[in-house]
Amino acid sequence: METQAPITPGRRGPRAGTPQRPRIGIVKFASCDGCQLTLLDLEDELLAIAARVDLVEFAEATSHRSAGPFDVLFVEGSISTPEQAEDIARLRAVSHRLVTIGACATAGGIQAIRNWFDHEEVRAVVYPQPGYVDSLAQARPVADFVAVDAELRGCPISPAQLREFLVALVTGRRPQLPDEAVCLECKRRGVVCVAVAQGIPCLGPVTRTGCGALCPAYGRGCYGCFGPRESANTASLAKWLSDDRSASDVGRLFAGFTAWSPPFRAMIDAHGGPPGQVIPVKETNDA
Amino acid sequence: MHDTDTLTESSGDLAVDIAGLTRVEGEGSLRLKVRNGVVEQARLEIFEAPRYFERLVVGRTPDEVIDIVARICGICPVAYQMTAVHAFEHGLGIEIDPAVRALRRLLYCGEWIESHALHVYLLHLPDFLGYPSALDMAHDYRAAVEAGLTLKRAGNKLVEMIGGRAIHPVSVRVGGFSRSFRRTEVSALRETLTAALGIALQTVDLVAGLDTPEFERDGRLVALKHPHEYPMNEGRIVSSDGLDLALTDWRSEFAEQQVPWSNALQSRGRDGRPYLLGPSSRITLAGDQLHPTAAAALARTGLAGEIARNPYRSIVARAVELVDAAAEALDIIEAYQPPAEAATRWRPGPCSAAWATEAPRGLIFHAYELDEQGLVAHAQIVPPTSQNQAAIEADLAAFAPRVLHLSHDEATLRIEQLVRSYDPCISCATHFLDLRVENLP
Repeated sequence: METQAPITPGRRGPRAGTPQRPRIGIVKFASCDGCQLTLLDLEDELLAIAARVDLVEFAEATSHRSAGPFDVLFVEGSISTPEQAEDIARLRAVSHRLVTIGACATAGGIQAIRNWFDHEEVRAVVYPQPGYVDSLAQARPVADFVAVDAELRGCPISPAQLREFLVALVTGRRPQLPDEAVCLECKRRGVVCVAVAQGIPCLGPVTRTGCGALCPAYGRGCYGCFGPRESANTASLAKWLSDDRSASDVGRLFAGFTAWSPPFRAMIDAHGGPPGQVIPVKETNDA
Repeated sequence: MHDTDTLTESSGDLAVDIAGLTRVEGEGSLRLKVRNGVVEQARLEIFEAPRYFERLVVGRTPDEVIDIVARICGICPVAYQMTAVHAFEHGLGIEIDPAVRALRRLLYCGEWIESHALHVYLLHLPDFLGYPSALDMAHDYRAAVEAGLTLKRAGNKLVEMIGGRAIHPVSVRVGGFSRSFRRTEVSALRETLTAALGIALQTVDLVAGLDTPEFERDGRLVALKHPHEYPMNEGRIVSSDGLDLALTDWRSEFAEQQVPWSNALQSRGRDGRPYLLGPSSRITLAGDQLHPTAAAALARTGLAGEIARNPYRSIVARAVELVDAAAEALDIIEAYQPPAEAATRWRPGPCSAAWATEAPRGLIFHAYELDEQGLVAHAQIVPPTSQNQAAIEADLAAFAPRVLHLSHDEATLRIEQLVRSYDPCISCATHFLDLRVENLP
């Protein structure tokens, strides 16, 4: 893929609080706020968590602000503007551990679909005066800009995985975050395979679990919120999906919330790009 | 990070520049300039990074659009899904089962409860009680914060039951849902909602007794209104000055415009006037359709008139709507009979689709053009906060002279509190508020 000018990754910041009472920050870039909201959605545990950590930066929830240092900084959102690219480098330097949360931060999110489109054309479609609006030519994951220590996947992240991560953090153990296919979760839940039984296209075989096989349990195919699992055989799945549908409709299935993750991106490229590609891809370095 | 506030006053000059407003959803700032007691500028600047959703949905199927537009906002994804699904069904002439209609209303009740409980208890109440956050407030008001979290959990449970998960639910499809729901599944939430209704009623009493700044705005209110129910998925667009419009015709009365200080497009009436959406507008314009339990709770407060005029009272409007949503959800659960089919079958095709619903923060409008293959050729998505932006700016301008005599901290708090009264969702509008105060030359 084409690359934008690399931004110097900030060095890991120093430890800030104590291991028993870490200093935590939550920040966001281009995103919907849903992943940070997941912390507030741990209603039964929120006050207990707040008693075990110093939540020093979380603009959505508190007027107390901090520019660091942080023991753990949770980062939501993709890097989509020149200012955000500067901010993430600065934040990396004051964060001992940096954890990306959600599909936008880990894979670019749905807005990364525009990475296949002409930047100026995209801006002009939404804004009458695109010059007022500043954005990078591509919306990209945080790891393209700075080193990332851990990630929580999903669109949105799983409340159970966030809880597991926080408990592991304050008890000083490694979090258990499985990397297995949604298919295994389906079998455990006793959900009848929607692909085999009903012919519904499903990304379950190549997508990492974490949602609890939600979509098959709700009668529809997995659409890849948690992104590709390790060594996902996307080409094999795409070939199987091609039996029943056109190339563009195969590409469409991968062109969701983790489309810019390399395994899914390769399938989209192999099938003519994502839907809505009015203007062909331009090889650009103009960020 | 944002301790850059400075404020000096002399002979009625004031410049307030809040560069990092907290306890709102998204990133924005506030810029206020007062000279000789006259407000020269009041701007709600929205610098949430643009995400270009209207372009992202081009080439997509209606069901894909329902998944995509949810991602505009993690707090109110259901509002985006409801508006899109009704637009497509209306445009394509698809009839839905009455039970599907009831389930969608139930789903929306869940989102209203979750979103309003979040705003009332975690974002807004700390302003009235003098805390930087609900987590700090919990040291002194633990029972109240726990009650708020229980209420929020009840809303989330409702969305999880129908949508699979609280954020970005997966079951809403054109024609109905991706699966059907048994009576036992739906009625399993009765106890949770009964408890939620009790908390919601207590919430009304709590917030009605809060010490509230004096302020009377004089502006246009807009909401949906339905002849038989409190407005959510259907109705007509009405206003405090007599507008009565089909909800598909939003564009005949209102228009979006771009301003240099915002990544959100602002909406105004075609005559240029700002207008206000949200709980206070709904209570004022459609309060006669409140659930009887909510109507009684509102009457007990004696604040219906103030809700119409004083934005700081929006917390009372939200609390009354918490009662309404919990009470309605219980009624829907009692009466629920599963639909004959999870979804009505339909065929893709070309159409012009438009619809408006009532998001927790107010009226939301979508319009789509579908091409011959039934794929989106053009989209317009108008969230509530971008429509409220002009009214918020007008109210800030009207309110600013009242804080000239206050200390810096008090002035800042009053102004931030006013902005939070509108529950701005800047992620939706595009995102975050930031108050900096500077000296005028």
